[in-house]
Amino acid sequence: MEAVFAIAVGVLVGSGVWLVLRPRTFQVLMGLTLLSYAANLFIFGMGRLTVGRAPIIAGERAADAAQYADPVPQALVLTAIVIGFGTTALLLVLLLALRALTGTDHVDGREER
Amino acid sequence: MLVALVVLLPLIGSVCAALMPANARNAEAWLSGSVALACTVLVAIQYAAVDDGGVVRATFAWMPQYGLELYLRMDGFAWLFALLVSFIGTLVVLYARYYMSPKDPVPRFFSFLMAFMGAMLGTVLSGNLIQLVVFWELTGLTSFMLIAYWYHRPDARRGARMAAIVTVGGGLALLSGVLGIGVIVGSYDLDAVLAAGDAIRNHRWYPALLTLILLGVFTKSAQFPFHFWLPHAMAAPTPVSAYLHSATMVKAGVFLLARLWPVLAGTDLWIELVCGAGAASLLVGTFAATYQRDMKGVLAYSTIGHLGLITFLLGMSTELALIAAVFHMLNHATFKASLFMATGVVDHETGTRDLARLNGLRHAMPITATLATVAAGAMAGVPLLNGFLSKEMFFEESIVVGGNLGSQIGLPAIATLGGLFSVAYSLRFVHEVFFGAPAHGLPRVPHEPRPMLVPSALLVLACVLVGIFPARTVGPLLATGGEAILGEVPEYELAVWHGFTPALLMSFVALAGGVGFYLLLRLKRQTLVEAPLLSRFDSKRMFDIANVAITRAAGRAVRSVFPHRLQSQLLLIVASATVAAALPLSTGGWLGPGTLGPIDPLFAALWTIGAACAIGAAWQAKYHRLAALIMVAGAGLIVCLTFAWLSAPDLALTQIAVEVVTMVLFLLGLRWLPRRLETDDPERRSAKARARRARDAVLAAVAGIGMGALAFAVVTLPPAGLLAPFFFGNALEAGGRNVVNLILVDFRGFDTLGEITVVASVAVTVYALLRRFRPAPESIAVPKAQRAEAVMGSVSAKPSDPLPGNYMRVPAVLARLILPIGILVSIYFLLRGHSSPGGGFVGGLAMATSVIVQYMVSGTVWVEARLRIHPQVWVAFGLLAAAGAGLGAWLASRAFLTSLAVDLHLPLIGDVHLSSVLAFDLGVYMLVVGATILMLVALAHQSLRSPRRVVTPLPGEEQSERGEATI
Repeated sequence: MEAVFAIAVGVLVGSGVWLVLRPRTFQVLMGLTLLSYAANLFIFGMGRLTVGRAPIIAGERAADAAQYADPVPQALVLTAIVIGFGTTALLLVLLLALRALTGTDHVDGREER
Repeated sequence: MLVALVVLLPLIGSVCAALMPANARNAEAWLSGSVALACTVLVAIQYAAVDDGGVVRATFAWMPQYGLELYLRMDGFAWLFALLVSFIGTLVVLYARYYMSPKDPVPRFFSFLMAFMGAMLGTVLSGNLIQLVVFWELTGLTSFMLIAYWYHRPDARRGARMAAIVTVGGGLALLSGVLGIGVIVGSYDLDAVLAAGDAIRNHRWYPALLTLILLGVFTKSAQFPFHFWLPHAMAAPTPVSAYLHSATMVKAGVFLLARLWPVLAGTDLWIELVCGAGAASLLVGTFAATYQRDMKGVLAYSTIGHLGLITFLLGMSTELALIAAVFHMLNHATFKASLFMATGVVDHETGTRDLARLNGLRHAMPITATLATVAAGAMAGVPLLNGFLSKEMFFEESIVVGGNLGSQIGLPAIATLGGLFSVAYSLRFVHEVFFGAPAHGLPRVPHEPRPMLVPSALLVLACVLVGIFPARTVGPLLATGGEAILGEVPEYELAVWHGFTPALLMSFVALAGGVGFYLLLRLKRQTLVEAPLLSRFDSKRMFDIANVAITRAAGRAVRSVFPHRLQSQLLLIVASATVAAALPLSTGGWLGPGTLGPIDPLFAALWTIGAACAIGAAWQAKYHRLAALIMVAGAGLIVCLTFAWLSAPDLALTQIAVEVVTMVLFLLGLRWLPRRLETDDPERRSAKARARRARDAVLAAVAGIGMGALAFAVVTLPPAGLLAPFFFGNALEAGGRNVVNLILVDFRGFDTLGEITVVASVAVTVYALLRRFRPAPESIAVPKAQRAEAVMGSVSAKPSDPLPGNYMRVPAVLARLILPIGILVSIYFLLRGHSSPGGGFVGGLAMATSVIVQYMVSGTVWVEARLRIHPQVWVAFGLLAAAGAGLGAWLASRAFLTSLAVDLHLPLIGDVHLSSVLAFDLGVYMLVVGATILMLVALAHQSLRSPRRVVTPLPGEEQSERGEATI
C-alpha cells in the first residue's frame, strides 16, 4: 500500500515538473494541476494510510483518537483543494488574457528569439 | 507626566491640523500656535525640577517582558533644548501664518510642522537610545515632507530626496552604533549608558561605534563632507528653513554629540574626527557662504559653518569648550532663525532673494533692515551681541587646548579665519540687501509687513539682551544645561569685557580682516559668482554620481540573478528545491524500517491507470490538449478514489466536486487557445530543443523519485497524531461527529474565513479580467460544429422555445430534471456536514454544477432568459453570513467565531440543534455557489462576445475563417 502510494506521488511530481518546465501556458497549467494532486496526496500521507477508519465519531461518548484516521492533514488538504481550485481558475483566465493581449500562448508572452 | 504631554500635544495637534479644510489658514495657525505655546509653558514650568541637576522622568510600559518602555527623561540640557524647540516653534508658527500664501494647502504644512515639533521634542527628551533614534528618524521624515512641500517644483523634490537619503542613511549608521552601545552596556537606558563611559571608551568596538555614531551626527548636522544637502534643503518654505534647517533639526546632531559627550569624548580618535570635521565645516561653510547669490544660500552655508564651530568646540573635549558649544547652540538658533525670517520677509515683499538684484531696501523697509542688521551683527560676532560672547569663548578655547606647536598656531588660525569669513558674509548679506541705492525692477514693490516682523523682533531682542547682560539672562539657563552634562559646572565668567586678552585680539583681527576681505571682493565683483577652490571639490556631484552608480549596479545585479524567462526561473526554483530537499537527507538514516501494510491489487491497478494518465498527460499536453485534459481528469479521479479508499470521505467528495467544476472551466477555456500542430513546429527536432527536453526530463525524474522516496519515508513512520486527540476529545462538545468538518467550520473557522475570502477575491478577479477580455482574432470564428448545425437548419434553442428542436432535446429534458434534484442534494450536503461527509464547500459546488449543466445543455442565452442568478450577490451575502456568524459571538461577549448553539424543542419537528456554525457553513455554501458560477458564467459569456456573423458554407472554410477574423 505504502509503496504504491509513494510511487503515485513520485509519478505525479515527475509529470508535473516536466510540464511546468514546458514553454506553453496550457502545459504549465496541466503541470500545476498534477503537482497540486501530488502535494495534496503528500500532505494527506502525513496522517499515515489507514483503511476504513474515517474520522467520523461513531458512538455517543468522547472517542479515542487512535481508532480513527488523523483528521488534521485531511482538514489541511480540504483547504488546499479549494484554494487550488481558485488559483487554477485564476491561472487559466490569466493565460487566456495573456494569449489575447500578446497573440501567443508562450509563457513569456512572446515566442523565443 | 507633564513631560509626556510636551511630546504628545504636537503629535495630536498634527493630526487635528491635517483634518482641517484647505483654506483654514487662521484656524491652523491658532491651533499650532497654541500647541507650541502650551509646550513652551509646559517646558518652562519644569525649570525648578531640573535646576541643580534634577531629572524629570516619565515611563510608560510598552512591552515590559522585553524591557521595552517609552521613557521620557528631562534633565537640564534636555530642558534647555526643549525650551528652544518649543519657543522658536511658537515664533515660527506665528511667522508662517503671514508667510504662507492663502493659495498654499496649509493643513499639510502645519500638520507636518507640528509632527516635526513632536518628533524633535521626543528626540531631546528620550531617555532610551533606541527611542531617540526612532524620533530622530521621524524628524528626518517630517523634514523630507516639509522640504518637498511645494512638490510641483523639481528643486524641492530633489532637495527633499537628497536630504532624506543623507540624513536617513546617517540615521541607520547611528542605529547600528547605538545597538553596539546597548551590547556593551547591556541597556539602552540613557542613565545606564551615561554611567558606563569608561567601559565604552575602553571597549575594542569603540572606534567602530564612534565612527557609526559620528556618521549619524555629521549627516544630521550637515558637517563636512556631508554638508551638501543643507543648501538644497533651502527649497523648503522659509519658516521651515528657519525652524528645521537652522534652529532645531540640524542641531539634533550636535545635541546628541553633547548628550553622549561624557561617554564618548576625550579620546584621541574623538578629538581627531570631531575637531577635524568641525574645522573643515567651519572653513568650508563660512568661505562658501561669502560667495552665495541667494540670501538663503548664504544662511545655509553659514549654518554649516556655525555648526562646524559647535562641533569643533565639542571635539576639543574640555569642559569650558562644552559650555561654549551649548551657549553657541542657543545663540546661533536665535540669530539665525531671525535672519531666516528677515530673508522670508524680503522674499515675500520683493519676490526675489537674489543678492545681485536686491539693493537699498532700508528705505522701503527700515524695521526689517534694522532687525536684520542687528542679527547679522550677532552672526558676525560684533560686541554687545550674543554671537560675540560665544565666539569669544571659542577663540579662548582654541588657544588653550593646543598641545604641540602646530595645534597652538593652527587652531587659533582656523578659528580666526572662520571668524573672518563670517564677518565678510554677514557684511555682504546686510550691505547688498539693505544698503546702497534703492533697487529698480523688483518683481514686487516692497512694504513693511508689520505682523511678520514680530517673531523676528523678539529673537533680535533676545540677541541684544543676552549680548549685553549675559550673566543675568542666559547665565542660569546655561549653568543648568552644562550641569546636566558635566555633573558640576566649571568656573567661567559670562561677561562682555574680560580685559585685553588674546581672544579679543583675534576678534579684532577677524572683524578687520572680514571687512577688508569683503571690500576686496567688491572690487573684483565677477569673482562673487563661484567660490574658488571649493567648486572643484563638489560633494553634491559625488553624491549624484554615487547615486547613479548604485542604481545601475542594483539593476545589473537584479538582471543577473533574476532571469526574464519564466522557464529559467522555474528551472532554478525546481532545481534549488530539489537540492535543498536532498541536502539534509544525504546523511542517510531517514528511510527507517517502517510498517508496511499489504498491497491491495485493486489499489495497485488503480494507480497503474493513474500513473499512465499522468505520464500520458505530460506527453500529450502540447499538441493534444483535449486528450491531455481528459487524462489529467483521469488522474484526478484516481486521487479522489484514493482519498475515499484511505478513510477520507470528505476529501473524496470535495475532490470530485472540484474536479467537475475545474474540468468545465478548462473546457470553456480551451477554445480560446491557439491551434497547435506537430507539423507547425520545425524547431522541435533541433539538437538544442532535444538537449533541453533531456535536461528537463532528468530533472523531472530526479524530483519525482525524490518526492516518491520522501513520501515513502513519511507514510512508513509510526503515526504521530499529536493534535488528533484534542479534536476528537472536543468534537462531541462542539456538537458534531465529522471531525474534519468541525475543524474547518468550528475549531479553525478563522482559517476558513480567510480561505473563502481568497476564493471570493479570485472570482471577482476572474470576472474583472474577463470583462476586458478580447479573444485573439483567429479564435473569434464560430466553431465548426455550430456552423455545421446551422447549415443543417437545426438551430440551438432560441430563448422563446421551451425545448431545443435538435438532437439536444433529450439531454435538455434530463438536465432540467436534474436541477431540482441537484439543489436538494446540495442542501442535504450542507446540512449533514456536521456529522457526516459533506459541508458547505461540497454543497456549494454541487449546486453550482447543477446550474452549470443548464448552461452547457441549453446555452447561455436560453438559460439567462429564464434564470437570472446574480452570483456577485451570492458571494457578498456568503461573506457577510460567514463573518456575521463570527461577529455574533461578540454579542455574547465571546471571542470572534466562537460557536454558539441553542437547543430548541419545537412541536411536531422535535429537538432542533441550532448553531452559529450552521450560519457560518451557510455562508461558505453561498460564497462557493456565487464564486463558482461567477467564474464559469464569465468564461461562458466570452462566446457571446464574438460578433454575430453571416454563416459561411462548410467547404473551403479555412480561407474564409482567416478572412473573417480580420474584420
